[in-house]
Amino acid sequence: MLDKRIEKSPVQLTKEDFASDQMVKWCPGCGGHAILASVEKVFPQIGYKKENFTVVSGIGCSSRFPYYVNTYGFHGIHGRAAAIASGVKIANPDQSVWIATGDGDSMAIGGNHFIHTIRRNIDLNILLFNNKIYGLTKGQFSPTTPMGQVTKTSPQGTIEHPFITAGLVMGAQGTFFARVPDNNVKLMTEVLYEAAKHDGTSVVEILENCVIFNDKAHSELTSREKRDDNQLILKHGEPMIFGKNRDMGIILKGTSLYAVKIGIGGVTEGDILVHDQFNTDPGIHRMLGRMTGPDYPVAFGVIRSARAATYDDQVEEQIEAAKASSSIKCVDDLLNSGDTWEI
Amino acid sequence: MAKQKNIVELEDVVVKFVGDSGDGMQLTGTLFSDTAALAGNDLATFPDFPAEIRAPQNTVAGVSGFQVHLGQRKIFTSGDMCDVLVAMNPASLKANLKWVKPGATIIVDESAFEPKFVEKAGYKTNPLEDGSLESYHLIKAPISLLTKESLADVDIDKKMAEKTKNMFVLGMMYFLFQRDLDKTLDFILNKFRNKPEVVKANQTALKAGYNYADTVEAIVSTIKVGSAPMEKGRYRNITGNVATAWGLLAAAERSGRPLFLGSYPITPATEILMELSKHKSLGAKVFQAEDEIAGICSAVGASFSGSLAATTTSGPGLSLKSEALGLAVITELPLVIVNVQRAGPSTGMPTKSEQSDLLQALYGRNGEAPLIVIAASSPANCFYYAYVASKISMEHMTPVILLTDGHMGFGSELFKIPKTADLPDINPPVAKPNEPDFKPYRRDPVTLARKWALPGTEGLRHRIGGLEKTNINGTVSTDPLNHELMVNIREDKVMRVANYIPELEVYGEESGDLLVVGWGGTEGMLKSTVGRMQVAGHKVSLAHFNYIMPLPKNTQEVFSRFKKIVVCELNNGQFVKYLRMTFPEFKYLQHNKVQGLPFHIKELTEVYTKILEDK
Ligand SMILES: Cc1ncc(C[n+]2csc(CCOP(=O)(O)OP(=O)(O)O)c2C)c(N)n1
Ligand code: SF4
Ligand SMILES: [Mg+2]
Repeated sequence: MLDKRIEKSPVQLTKEDFASDQMVKWCPGCGGHAILASVEKVFPQIGYKKENFTVVSGIGCSSRFPYYVNTYGFHGIHGRAAAIASGVKIANPDQSVWIATGDGDSMAIGGNHFIHTIRRNIDLNILLFNNKIYGLTKGQFSPTTPMGQVTKTSPQGTIEHPFITAGLVMGAQGTFFARVPDNNVKLMTEVLYEAAKHDGTSVVEILENCVIFNDKAHSELTSREKRDDNQLILKHGEPMIFGKNRDMGIILKGTSLYAVKIGIGGVTEGDILVHDQFNTDPGIHRMLGRMTGPDYPVAFGVIRSARAATYDDQVEEQIEAAKASSSIKCVDDLLNSGDTWEI
Repeated sequence: MAKQKNIVELEDVVVKFVGDSGDGMQLTGTLFSDTAALAGNDLATFPDFPAEIRAPQNTVAGVSGFQVHLGQRKIFTSGDMCDVLVAMNPASLKANLKWVKPGATIIVDESAFEPKFVEKAGYKTNPLEDGSLESYHLIKAPISLLTKESLADVDIDKKMAEKTKNMFVLGMMYFLFQRDLDKTLDFILNKFRNKPEVVKANQTALKAGYNYADTVEAIVSTIKVGSAPMEKGRYRNITGNVATAWGLLAAAERSGRPLFLGSYPITPATEILMELSKHKSLGAKVFQAEDEIAGICSAVGASFSGSLAATTTSGPGLSLKSEALGLAVITELPLVIVNVQRAGPSTGMPTKSEQSDLLQALYGRNGEAPLIVIAASSPANCFYYAYVASKISMEHMTPVILLTDGHMGFGSELFKIPKTADLPDINPPVAKPNEPDFKPYRRDPVTLARKWALPGTEGLRHRIGGLEKTNINGTVSTDPLNHELMVNIREDKVMRVANYIPELEVYGEESGDLLVVGWGGTEGMLKSTVGRMQVAGHKVSLAHFNYIMPLPKNTQEVFSRFKKIVVCELNNGQFVKYLRMTFPEFKYLQHNKVQGLPFHIKELTEVYTKILEDK
């Protein structure tokens, strides 16, 4: 549900209400442009007053984002967007708080804040621009760069095991995780709306193309020729079917998922798993999040959206409870509480 | 009935209770202090606990102590050398004897001086028997044994009985100081309300100790410390850390900006975080972050959102916060950073106090990143300086570092309870909805503070951040002249705070042979020493600083009135470096100590005497 605490706009806002007067300085063809377009679409759909959005970022190409939307915005320091945004939200729960961050920003230098923010389930919406490279510093490998890839700091190929963002998020007890390609603005906008509705930290991993330093990093998944076969677009309540001919599906056998062809080996449509994004048990969500080629398609859409208490709600509840039960109502009460005496 | 004892009247007395970590010395010392305060003494206390949580029993490493300095005059410090030492075991005697004045009274639990404990403490022979304590007034009392005997009729187990020995010794001390037992008896009753036998045991032990002291011949006289001439009012005892927490709460209430604290635990600052966590009824939001960086970053976010935001830490944590401090400087947001200093570098000596983070506070950031630095100088005035730091930070839209230290943080003194209505007003420059011509970096012409535009307010959407911005409009800019302008404005904004802080006061004559200069937590010790030397006829005065960046406007003028200046600090000379740089026209002598220990009056007196004698 959208947050009842946050005041709605009395008039229907449009994209123009969020357009900033700043020149967008991303490279032509950068995936960032599509993300910006999607956000400008979804903010008016969400319908909160335009003063009730705050966008916070760290450092990186992706983190320039706040300058390009006309909301309250805070461009932070490298890796710390989640920590800054946590303060914004806890201090003012009446804001819809969005984070724009990169794979390096959130999973390298800011890894600690990223996992702890997720664990606390603070009601924040994280747009994770995953271009699998350090863009702003011009092409060093990041924590999501595939092992063996040659980059400016790995001339012989990286020797690091990359993070799978979904695995990290769910390992940190994430309650909301979605994945979208940067070239499907319709899906992205739907997913961002779902993220806004989710109570708690929502992480939307956007596979972003960096045309300059990591061009086509996601093309196995996103190119016109391959996407239908390699993308499993999840919809709550619908069977997990994919493929150009819509004849492939995901089944659960034993404790593992398998990608199968319907009609072969006795598999019927009824055997195909039906997606339940609200399942609080993260078991299937984790397996879906980690699926990767060549044996599996990669899951897109909302993979997980589970209910759990949010940090910011509990802060307010504890304050209310303390106010109701404590005899200390003001600082003068506090100063005169306990052991005091008159001289 | 014991024979009538003499009465010795004293101006002030330093008492120290020491024992094993498990002996309850902190509680004993606190109860003794509370009773003294009720009797009208002024006082200051300092707990001295081991760094280890459960250090091995009966070893020097496991000694826990509580010192209280009480007097019938104004008390400035928790004292240095003690007049009365209560030692519950050999290790605690061994660890503390060097802090005992010759001729002082030492009360020991004789039953604890078994050969194995004597040896464990590192003694070759039993100090109670080998004559090594002859220069003291030694009172050997078999405290553990007597406690057990006194509880013969109370139905509690041996271990519990053993534990009440601290009440027995407290009873002895109450006799020695001719104190009333009522306050402590009440305390026991309340604390163990649901355990009548425990109440009985503790109360019995307390009274037994009192009666024992009355009868025992070794105690020939009692000590009288009359009531101090205190200003009329309501009082309480308060530690520096609690006072800091309450000062922040008061500033939040008076400014109307809700308090947000983002912090990560670190000795000796943790108590502030714990204290504020208790006060949600006052609306305080306390975020225990995953590290110091998240602590300050969350506070920056909360400040952007319109809270009075603070982060509390100690040296190593301040190092971690450096980058985000720069962010607060460039975004020109209010933020209070409390650094409860401890001995460094690195982990250093976490439980020991030092003043060695001054240069870090002044300069420890990349780029030109000036901010306001204020230092509290006593446990109780942490309240006021936390309040003032918050006020200045919000009114001038600039981060403030408030320096306290471990000694102040853990130490306590009597605090005259203020009325919040009497505290100075706080007027944060919050921008109004739809304010015409709002621009993020448009400034007040006098203070240079920009407006605080809070998310949610109509008509004020704007973006700020760590990239340099144009003045007024606040758009991202790498224009060379704009950058220089902004650097200068940020500095000027800090320097103009000098117009809003009090002038430097001189303690003593306005001119003279020697000006002692100090800052922060050493105030009490410097004042006591200078005061004594003034009484002895020396032309010595003290200038003690609470405002460090910027300095009070009359600093230079004050310095010029003295023949010599000596800067005393618990570090290797950081404030003196800063003064040499700021006012190079003066010659500064310096006295430094970096032992994790406070100054002592004797040591300072020698230093000043020598300087006065030198031609
Ligand atoms: C403390 C600090 N360390 C390093 C940098 C340099 N730096 C800026 S952005 C960046 C990496 C950005 O990568 P990512 O987060 O993936 O963002 P992208 O540019 O790819 O969107 C680095 C290393 C910095 N600005 N601050
Ligand atoms: S370098 Fe890459 S990530 Fe950065 S703006 Fe250009 S295309 Fe986008
Ligand atoms: Mg990147």
